[in-house]
Amino acid sequence: MWKTIIRRFLIMIPQLFVLSLLIFIMAKNMPGDPFTGKITPETDPARIEELREINGLNDPWYQQYARWVGNAFQGEFGNSYTYKVKVSTLIGERALNTFWLSLLTAVMLYAIAVPLGVLAGRFHNSWFDRGVVLYSFVSFAIPTFVLALILLYFFGYQLHWFPTTGSVDVREVPGSAGYYMSKIYHMILPAFTAAILGTVGIIQYLRTEVVDAKGMDYVRTARAKGVPARKVYSRHIFRNSLLPVAAFIGFTITGLLGGSIFIETIFAYPGMGQLFISSIASRDYSVITALVMLYGFLALLGSLLSDIIMSIVDPRIRIE
Amino acid sequence: MVKEKDNKKEQEIVSAPPTGFQVIWREFLKDKVAMFSLVLMVLTISGVFIASLFFDPAEVMKVSLRDKYAPPSTAHWLGADIGGSDIFGQLIIGAKNSLLIAIAITLITGIAGIFIGLACGYFGGWIDNMFMRIIDFFITLPSLMIIIVFITIVPKYTVFTFIIIVSIFGWTGIARLVRSKALSESRRDYVNASKTLGTNDFVIIFKEVMPNISSILIVEATLNFAGNIGIETGLTFLGFGLPPSTPSLGTLVAYANNPLVMSTYWWVWLPAALFILILMLSINYVGQALRRAADAKQRLG
Repeated sequence: MWKTIIRRFLIMIPQLFVLSLLIFIMAKNMPGDPFTGKITPETDPARIEELREINGLNDPWYQQYARWVGNAFQGEFGNSYTYKVKVSTLIGERALNTFWLSLLTAVMLYAIAVPLGVLAGRFHNSWFDRGVVLYSFVSFAIPTFVLALILLYFFGYQLHWFPTTGSVDVREVPGSAGYYMSKIYHMILPAFTAAILGTVGIIQYLRTEVVDAKGMDYVRTARAKGVPARKVYSRHIFRNSLLPVAAFIGFTITGLLGGSIFIETIFAYPGMGQLFISSIASRDYSVITALVMLYGFLALLGSLLSDIIMSIVDPRIRIE
Repeated sequence: MVKEKDNKKEQEIVSAPPTGFQVIWREFLKDKVAMFSLVLMVLTISGVFIASLFFDPAEVMKVSLRDKYAPPSTAHWLGADIGGSDIFGQLIIGAKNSLLIAIAITLITGIAGIFIGLACGYFGGWIDNMFMRIIDFFITLPSLMIIIVFITIVPKYTVFTFIIIVSIFGWTGIARLVRSKALSESRRDYVNASKTLGTNDFVIIFKEVMPNISSILIVEATLNFAGNIGIETGLTFLGFGLPPSTPSLGTLVAYANNPLVMSTYWWVWLPAALFILILMLSINYVGQALRRAADAKQRLG
């Protein structure tokens, strides 16, 4: 068990190393550097050259890379050239927004998927089951941005039920109860959109699991003993099939991260995904590199987490 | 009904076992939704290609300020955009571009994935090890972000470079699948027998192993096709796909980035969004039906 985790952890290191090298080289190749944006007819080209020299932009690339990695280890990713703050501060703020949005998404996701999956399995082949299968099929096939736009159009612009942009009402005082209520209110629609898109895996898994469990010996034994059907489902089947669902949390994290770029852009929600897109537009490459590294790290962590939970929950898939 | 079924069964016993296409056709006959999706898919795709013959891109994109945001009418079936260009014409040309790009990406990633997957599965050893490490690495990448960074650093950016960049990140899934199938297939007796006879490895791979996994390849290609439409339109929507001069479904949907267009001039972006939705649903459903036909355990008919 521990061996597996440590080995998986050790595999992450070269993967992160290659990712960092890749992203560093890509960032270096981006047209322009942080100072080209500051050039005006009045600026002295010599001054720009001086700035480049001071910031080490004229050093060979491997020296720059070594310096960058060394700083990254200390959580130091330089300054954002557009926001004029430390990258770590900037991302920290945005990451918190993304974190809350992801948390609400995960809550909604499990709240939708678990009952649908279990009930579809219990009433296998009924109209309800067919409806659930159709729902999970549609949510699988629909692209993130199409669903987000359509929901935003109807619930935001047509029905005016939810705000269409931002993460909080600017009139609210930070720290007040209304402030937090407004934050949650702003998150509902984007979180719901992301939740709908993430339910497929869990629903299908639970559904087949429950259908399979119906024929298992332990279920037949329980029924033969005279345990009422309701209890068989809630006590025996539900508990047995729910644990592996917890393992999906890692994949859920990875999936949510991938979708967050679309969701945050469309709902103009100030999270990491939206920051990434705006940083690309302004060529703010210290922010871009930091964000890609962070996303890569979180994706790796997510799959590691899934494997760990999976091996705890299901001894059959433990890797020797 | 029951009797008819029995008759059919009897006929099958005497005749040869159904071949690939018969199995697929039977699967579609059994499933009304799959049949409907198939018809819908064929109609939309062929409709787009036929209709695009009647639209001249230059004519459609012509700026006519008098028609700025014209609502749907007989002159403009789906209204007009900010430059007064006809939305319906853009939808047809854009859909054609999106479909062609998705087909190109599907072909490139499919061929690369099949070659690499077959090589890994059949030869094993260091080839397999090397490619599996590469694939493991690719899968952990935040690929959407890397594609976006890639696109911004390419100096001469065209439709062609877009296809190549997306393809670089798209071959791993199919390669993994083909590898796992080829791995089990290569240990079969017929392959061993063929090897003992001294058959060339390439002949075994392409003439003997590949036909046996072709059903999986068709399914995978169909689902990838739908996925690639999503990738192109999604990236274009974010502003990192096709250059603005090339109309695509993504560029039309991207108009929705403007809140005013989104709320008031719905005819500019909503048709393209719905078009993508219908296309994705029907292609995916056809893919699922093909998957059932390919996997005897899931078959309906």
